[in-house]
Amino acid sequence: MALVLTEEQSMLRDSARGLISDKAPVSHLRHLRDSKDPTGFSKELWQSFAEMGFAGLLVPEEFGGSGLGFMEAGVVMEEIGRTLMPSPFLATSVVAASALNRGGNAAQKAEFLPWISNGSLLATLAIDEGAKHRPLHTALQAVRAGNGFKLSGAKALVVDGHVADLFIVAARTAGSAGERDGLTLFLVNPKAKGVSIERTIMVDAHNAARIELANVDVNADSVLGEIDQAAGLLDGVLDIGRGAVAAEMVGLSDEVFGRTIEYLKSRKQFGKLIGEFQALQHRAAELYVDIEITRAATMKALQALDADVTKAASSVAVAKARAGTTATRAVQEGVQMHGGMGMTDQFDIGFFMKRARVCEELFGDANYHTERLARARGY
Amino acid sequence: MTDAKTSEIESADLDKFRSETRAWLEANCPPEMRKPATSDADVFWGGRNAKFSSEPQRVWFERMRDKGWTVPDWPREYGGGGLSAAEHKVLRSEMARIGARPPLSSFGIWMLGPALLKYGNEAQKKEHLPKIAAGLIRWCQGYSEPNAGSDLASLQTRAESDGDDFIINGQKIWTSYANYADWIFCLVRTDPAAKKHDGISFILFDMASKGVTTKPILLISGYSPFCETFFDNVRVPKSHVVGQINRGWDVAKYLLQHERAMISGMGERGVGRPLGQIAADSVGTDALGRLDDAMLRGQIATFDVDEAALAACAERAVDLAKAGQAHPAFSSAMKYYGTELNKRRYEILMSAGGIDALEWESERSKHGARPRAWLRTKANSIEGGTSEVMLGIVAKRILDLPGA
Repeated sequence: MALVLTEEQSMLRDSARGLISDKAPVSHLRHLRDSKDPTGFSKELWQSFAEMGFAGLLVPEEFGGSGLGFMEAGVVMEEIGRTLMPSPFLATSVVAASALNRGGNAAQKAEFLPWISNGSLLATLAIDEGAKHRPLHTALQAVRAGNGFKLSGAKALVVDGHVADLFIVAARTAGSAGERDGLTLFLVNPKAKGVSIERTIMVDAHNAARIELANVDVNADSVLGEIDQAAGLLDGVLDIGRGAVAAEMVGLSDEVFGRTIEYLKSRKQFGKLIGEFQALQHRAAELYVDIEITRAATMKALQALDADVTKAASSVAVAKARAGTTATRAVQEGVQMHGGMGMTDQFDIGFFMKRARVCEELFGDANYHTERLARARGY
Repeated sequence: MTDAKTSEIESADLDKFRSETRAWLEANCPPEMRKPATSDADVFWGGRNAKFSSEPQRVWFERMRDKGWTVPDWPREYGGGGLSAAEHKVLRSEMARIGARPPLSSFGIWMLGPALLKYGNEAQKKEHLPKIAAGLIRWCQGYSEPNAGSDLASLQTRAESDGDDFIINGQKIWTSYANYADWIFCLVRTDPAAKKHDGISFILFDMASKGVTTKPILLISGYSPFCETFFDNVRVPKSHVVGQINRGWDVAKYLLQHERAMISGMGERGVGRPLGQIAADSVGTDALGRLDDAMLRGQIATFDVDEAALAACAERAVDLAKAGQAHPAFSSAMKYYGTELNKRRYEILMSAGGIDALEWESERSKHGARPRAWLRTKANSIEGGTSEVMLGIVAKRILDLPGA
């Protein structure tokens, strides 16, 4: 499979770019932030996403979706990254839809997937508990009670947590934190008794929440996948999310880079364009190379996911690690090369720096994935 | 026929090609040729005085040559395999799958061939390409001069007209393997009055010509892969000029793109085992099987991430070229990153080897193979255009920055 977009994928990119750049430029995020918008994204825009088939992009056609692959999801994520558009696409359409589609039984798929496809249901994975992404360290307890379970514990960085209609909660049904065995995924209604949700306003002005579960009752039908054996399902779902976030970071990096190059071509100091200075030229060129290499690694990971999610781990680790370091470099150079203007809130460049920081933590940072590759290679 | 239909048929054909190629390689690639070359002697360069270092090397070369697969994507009429870009990619991936070595290494294949295919006349192609494909003639590159390194276009070697011939005088430097080469492709100044890029011609001649001498240069590695090459009234027919007289810079630049692509791929050769395993041999592992040197382990893992990403980018560069979407200067970007990465690889190898990697002369150390290779890699970011020149090219030609 060639590492270039197919004609269909290019068309998808163009239509996503058209909609997003028109309806959700960076000023859209700025407005949501400044107005302290209670939803944190535009419901109207999400409806347009659904009408274009994006909300159900990964959902099989029998459940009203577009039945497309992870390369296509990456194409949309890259465009989202360019304007930092706040959108349920990542949490609902990529991560939760994949969890339901890969782990759900027929009844669960039929119950939720069509509503994801038509844009009326928001869902999210609740995984992280500590300060860093450590899925196997999941400690949120699920204790058997009658026919079902009682869930107790806390989750953080639950994307769209305060607006979601469905939580997919990683819990421990056996073993102790750090072990692969004993993890189970539960479908939890956010309105259930014992669930408390605190919207956390984050540095990047994108949606996130802390949730607490205090003896929340769920029935046996709420188990997604197999009891005690969710680690494998989680690996795949998280890798899908990681591939998607890597694609968002490629878009983000490329956009910051493009804006920075334009600035180098217009800003004058010492009587000449600052882009004439070799010190800046070489740094810009290095960044360009970094971004192109990361773009290729990300496409490779998305293709690997499309080929076989269970065999994509190393490619995904490479992509997410590279995306993290590249985006970090891109936003730092972006701010530095914009000089004092880069430090102002009025200038958009800071929004990219903030979002990059959150993307870096989402589903594991560069260190996490570099370590993961080392372990996979047996050293 | 719809596009989808066409690509369906193409993909069925490719699948067939893949299975046939796999079977042929399985049957024809000797087991000894399915691991990386560990020293330069293991690499077959061809030429008038070529010797095979082993029987399997000979067998493998001859079988591949007979299929035209020393140069799989060159046209059949010039000794190539006539493969499409897609088939060539399949062949490469099938060779990589079993770890098959390239049967023939040559500057004729990597550099001159592509330039001749684009700029050579029919007689030149017929004369030279089949001999490159068959490994009969070994070529060297006469580009750099003592006062023309990064500023290559300021070269001074003169070619003066004398009837149907040029008389060439001057000196080249860093001529790789000139002392083993049969022929040279050389940049010479044919119009000293013209602007520096406009008076250069690209010319081919036999290194056995009267007036050619070479002198190997001893490098920090203790090896002499490069030479000084002197031309003293060397007579060369004007018909040996490739492209137009005084338009040699176009040919030179085109060839450099191929040279840079070749050098950027150097890191992919020569080291068979993963760095993490090599390091485990010398620094050991802890109870969990992790390298017993956390910082080194981190460096290796970061390297592995970057190396895998670069490999994806190299694959994408080929696919972009196939799709007609490649930027012609992209090889400079790849050359920059590939060579810097290879230097990193050898810094890690030296660190992993520790004291053992410091031995310069002993059987145990294979005569200092590792430190010599480490030192050799320092040239990677100089030869074929320095990293700084590469970044300048990216800044100017891809990013279009002012005054670059």
